[in-house]
Amino acid sequence: MKFQIEDVTVYFPYDHIYPEQYSYMIELKRSLDAKGHCLLEMPTGTGKTIALLSLITSYTLSKPSNPVKLLYCTRTVHEMEKTLAELKLLHKYQLDNIGPSARMLALGLSSRKNLCINPAVVSAENRDSVDAGCRKLTASWVRALAIENPNIPTCSFFETYEKAGSDAVLPPGVYTLQDLRVFGKEKGWCPYFLARHMVQFANVVVYSYQYLLDPKVAGIISKEMQRESVVVFDEAHNIDNVCIEALSVSVRRQTIEGATRNINKMSQEINRFKATDAGRLRAEYNRLVEGLAQRGNLPLGDTWLANPALPDDILKEAVPGNIRRAEHFLSVLRRLVQYLKGRLETENVEKEGPLTFVNAVNSHVGIDQKMLKFCYDRLHSLMLTLEITDTDEFLHIQTICDFATLVGTYTRGFSIIIEPYDERMPHIPDPVLQLSCHDASLAIKPVFDRFQSVVITSGTLSPIDLYPRLLNFNPVVSRSFTMSLTRDCICPMVLTRGSDQLPVSTKFDLRSDPGVERNYGRLLLEMVSVVPDGIVCFFVSYSYMDAIVNSWNETGILKDIMQRKLVFIETQDVVETTLALDNYRKACDCGRGAVFFSVARGKVAEGIDFDRHYGRLVIMFGVPFQYTLSRILLARLEYLRETFQIKEGDFLTFDALRQAAQCVGRVIRSKADYGMMIFADKRYTRHDKRSKLPGWILSHLRDAHLNLSTDMAVHIAREFLRKMAQPYDKTGGGGKKTLLSQEDLEKMNGTEGMMF
Amino acid sequence: MTDAQVVKRAKYKSTVKDAGVRGILKMTRERFVFMPNDPSSSVKLNVEFRLIKGHKSSKEGSNRPALLNLTQDQGNYIFEFESFSDRELCRDFVAKAIAFSAEIGGPTSEKAAPLKDEQLSSAEMERRIKLLQEDSELQKLHKQFVIGGVLSETEFWATRKKLLDVNVTRKVKQRVGLKSDMIFNVKPSSDGQSNRVTFNLTPEMIHQIFAEKPAVRQAYLNFVPNKMTEKDFWTKYWRAQYLHSTKNIVAAAAEAAEDEELAVFLRQDAILASEIRQKIRKVDPTLDMEADEGDDYTHISGHGLATEDIKDELEAQYEPYKRSFLQDINRHAAVVLEGRTIDVETGDTRTVAEALASSKRLELAKEASDVNTHQERLDRITQMTEIEDLQAPREPPVAPLCIKDPRDYFDSQQVKTLNQLSGTRQMKSRLSTSEAYDSLRAYISEIRSVGLSDPIVRPEVAFKVFNSLTQNISSSKYQLGKNPHESILDTLPSVTKEELLLHWTSIQELLKHFWSSYPITTSYLYTKVSRLRDAMSQIYPKLQEIKESVQSDSRHQVSLLVQPMLQALDAAFAHYELDQQKRSAKSGEKPNGYV
Repeated sequence: MKFQIEDVTVYFPYDHIYPEQYSYMIELKRSLDAKGHCLLEMPTGTGKTIALLSLITSYTLSKPSNPVKLLYCTRTVHEMEKTLAELKLLHKYQLDNIGPSARMLALGLSSRKNLCINPAVVSAENRDSVDAGCRKLTASWVRALAIENPNIPTCSFFETYEKAGSDAVLPPGVYTLQDLRVFGKEKGWCPYFLARHMVQFANVVVYSYQYLLDPKVAGIISKEMQRESVVVFDEAHNIDNVCIEALSVSVRRQTIEGATRNINKMSQEINRFKATDAGRLRAEYNRLVEGLAQRGNLPLGDTWLANPALPDDILKEAVPGNIRRAEHFLSVLRRLVQYLKGRLETENVEKEGPLTFVNAVNSHVGIDQKMLKFCYDRLHSLMLTLEITDTDEFLHIQTICDFATLVGTYTRGFSIIIEPYDERMPHIPDPVLQLSCHDASLAIKPVFDRFQSVVITSGTLSPIDLYPRLLNFNPVVSRSFTMSLTRDCICPMVLTRGSDQLPVSTKFDLRSDPGVERNYGRLLLEMVSVVPDGIVCFFVSYSYMDAIVNSWNETGILKDIMQRKLVFIETQDVVETTLALDNYRKACDCGRGAVFFSVARGKVAEGIDFDRHYGRLVIMFGVPFQYTLSRILLARLEYLRETFQIKEGDFLTFDALRQAAQCVGRVIRSKADYGMMIFADKRYTRHDKRSKLPGWILSHLRDAHLNLSTDMAVHIAREFLRKMAQPYDKTGGGGKKTLLSQEDLEKMNGTEGMMF
Repeated sequence: MTDAQVVKRAKYKSTVKDAGVRGILKMTRERFVFMPNDPSSSVKLNVEFRLIKGHKSSKEGSNRPALLNLTQDQGNYIFEFESFSDRELCRDFVAKAIAFSAEIGGPTSEKAAPLKDEQLSSAEMERRIKLLQEDSELQKLHKQFVIGGVLSETEFWATRKKLLDVNVTRKVKQRVGLKSDMIFNVKPSSDGQSNRVTFNLTPEMIHQIFAEKPAVRQAYLNFVPNKMTEKDFWTKYWRAQYLHSTKNIVAAAAEAAEDEELAVFLRQDAILASEIRQKIRKVDPTLDMEADEGDDYTHISGHGLATEDIKDELEAQYEPYKRSFLQDINRHAAVVLEGRTIDVETGDTRTVAEALASSKRLELAKEASDVNTHQERLDRITQMTEIEDLQAPREPPVAPLCIKDPRDYFDSQQVKTLNQLSGTRQMKSRLSTSEAYDSLRAYISEIRSVGLSDPIVRPEVAFKVFNSLTQNISSSKYQLGKNPHESILDTLPSVTKEELLLHWTSIQELLKHFWSSYPITTSYLYTKVSRLRDAMSQIYPKLQEIKESVQSDSRHQVSLLVQPMLQALDAAFAHYELDQQKRSAKSGEKPNGYV
């Protein structure tokens, strides 16, 4: 359908539209007009992504003189694929309706691991070995050698791509990662470098958060993006955690040992070069005198992930004299590593700020703040000079240098925590030095500064006023949409008591109570016999899930559950979990029915949808609080209290409830879909907890459903499922319309026009 | 039958409680002979299998006697064997022998059946009565023809054999899936006095273990019986399971270091791991979390905040021995979902293991050659991304099949069958054998290179085509009740409608019998045909009556409905006349009119 929002003609690939999608588009359009940032909460299952994509692409189409580039950030690769699939649908519709002028280039970008098509390289175990394997074949010096000596292997895909030069372009279209690989294979071009190159010209780029937030990646990938771009962070309810993670580093014993090995290796290399090719080292020295900005001229294959945390003037500044020479720099690193090793040997927990730490480094081993700050870039310059290709071997020294640069750059918002052992296992010495970031706004600040519109959107951004404070920005639009439902297709319940009428909770004192475990088990057992197709269960942590599954196994509850439905479990092994999910879907598809056990804050909870028959019921066992004794969390809470005046309890509850809401929100995909949500913990009845749930869940949480026991919940579930199985009028007959056609929209526009 | 005879030691008992007489039981294909050990004993048996009606056997259990009961019309023979495996062998043999003798006896009784009413067992009779009760239409037909004397009871049911034994075949055909329980996850029983524990293994459990743990299966094929006995093998297996259940990885590793064979059970399953690697490539990209691993720059060691659940950092040497119960559950569910891949029902462990291994190999080879998966995945994603209620529901892409006038279709079919003989001749002349052979070869080679796309036709498309075909074929019948607004029949008065339907079904029934009795080879068939002809000729005036009884405005429609019936009857009569003429021509010497 096609309709008008003010001066923009919006092309929407469906025949109908939800009213909330329409108002979402209006708000989004206003913030684009205002060239400002915005914060939009819209319930899951109301088609956020497609609304967003179709508005922004239509906005570009209606303003051809000033095209807007869309940078769409997703949490995960599979969400990236989903987004691109929706974009494909939209693009096809636009082409059909407008013709060739609607053509655009959209692509997903990922690491070499997901894009490489060279079978010798991509078969490597992890991302870093793939990166290193690629460098071994594509680094400029390797290729230079290969010209002289044909026995040195190179990557044929990269060579063909290089040869094609400026002809190597992607024709317009929408490319998922798979499409890129297929295209690359067809042409014989390397899809990774092709995609990296095409990012500059693409209208829509879909990639992971890290490509904008992580300073190590963002510099190289996102530096070419123009200011007029629109940046979208989808599923952004955890964005503060991602920001913090991006700037946190931890150093363990293994890191120190590895770094020492790396330094030794490098010093050998330096000696070798001194003997054979002293000119190289001298050339590097000269380059460093001129400043780091030189780096831009490096050949494509050698580009390193640069550090945008450094302001521009530093890049142009010369590297401090005392680390310009390679051997001097190595001795600085050696001293730093030695110092960190000494610090790790502490008996007590230590906590200090970056300033104190830098001063201590300076006074003990004579490395000043400026030298620390340049460590990261100096190291990479050195590694290039030394022609090191097996970068995966040098991760440890890179970690140390990341740490040094971060400590040298930021004076606030961080703390350094040294713990000699894990709090939960005091008998095992496992010293760790953590540089933990407390301020989410640090990592996202460059994004807000560089781009004119940043859209932060998710199904759960409640309370919506907290995010601007956490991320330190001023949105021009900040709105939370409710859901207009044709029928009550979601049914949230709070279960406080088990079948024996005793309270259930994952509170610390009740957690390992066999009665609670049994009650949880009975609840699931009752539900598997009532609910058809898929059921998803979320637990508060892996260890809790492990314990409760074992206990259910011993008491025979698990066996009874298995008689009704197949059981699949999320494990820490990603491959295993992926296959389990795939099988879970198969089991739901074929009508066998299945239960999926998952963990709140786990990978499944982050990005897998359990819509339609894949999830008719979600049970959230307990309140997913963070591990409150963690020193990092305590330090962050303290920082939040001092800087933003956010109370510890409030933040913890907010954090737990957004996770819970995120978990249960995955059941709904559209208004035709339906699902139940059970919050199984007595603490959910309390107003301070419950009120932090997003409005669209709260509005369906009836007072009668606030304090249920298992038998009552089963009764409600039966009633609900029976009601949902009936046919219904999709447009929401009578009263409020929940599905708008093109005519409806035109009528609405007409009346609005008259009103003004 | 592979082995012509079986000889086993057994006890013959007249009743279950009887102490029994020890002796030797010898079975051949035709008979079984029991010779008591004590030659003076009077109990000697020599019975033909022809007389044996069935066999029963006692349940398997450790403390129960292994009994086999051969039932006869009067009385029965009970044998107790020394072991269950002996019993199984004999039981299988008996089953085959009974089937064999029934086969021999079968044809004679069948031949006899058309001549005189068959002897019906009460069960058979019951089933027939039940069918008649359930289906009122059938009952009407039965009343009209059988009781009216046109058809005999046997003839009536002969065409409905399928209906009669449908239940029986269904029972046999359906394969039992795997149990959802993890049955091998059993607790040992201990006697409470010593430290010994006992595990009970059933064939079902072994099957499940082999299916879920390919490494164990492989080990079994490698070790048993060359390196160790079956018992030792399973003892080792349970020992390994026990070590896992203690969750002491270090201890497990230590044990494994000492015992090479035990290590096989303790280590992670290598075959499984390679299977997983293959499968992960085919996984739906919208839930491929493995791809994130490759994209996530914060998951490099040392970056990001320490996670809440720190994995206990074990040294690398213990890594292969790590295994969790959760993994087992996932694996179990995956296997159950896959379903029973083999069709072996023997208790022989080795056969099960081999069958599983080969079926797995086949499956992997099939998957590797499958090229369509990518397209399927893409289609799937597109379907998944669409928001269902914003869009009209998707139809499978088929061109609507439209037969404007079903009668054209039928008539042309009929002509074809009539001209069948000349038709086939024409076909032969058009295609030379070499051409046909070539085209067949081309097809085969194409299938070899491309493989059969599986399924050849998408089920929903096939279903749709099938539906539209059949709907038009028997539209008048099919639409009744299904599509009340469109049927012409509904516009007619209900009496006429019912009458028409009744005639239609009875004509069908008569024609079915009529055509099935050609060519006429016996005098029995001859009389049957003439009986049928008389019954059919009686229908003509009735149809005429109906036509006249209805009002003029719907008369046209009725005649349209009656038309195909009449045509079908006409065709039958034409064939009858033709046949009659041929017959008289054959006996041409005889003067005309002489019967």
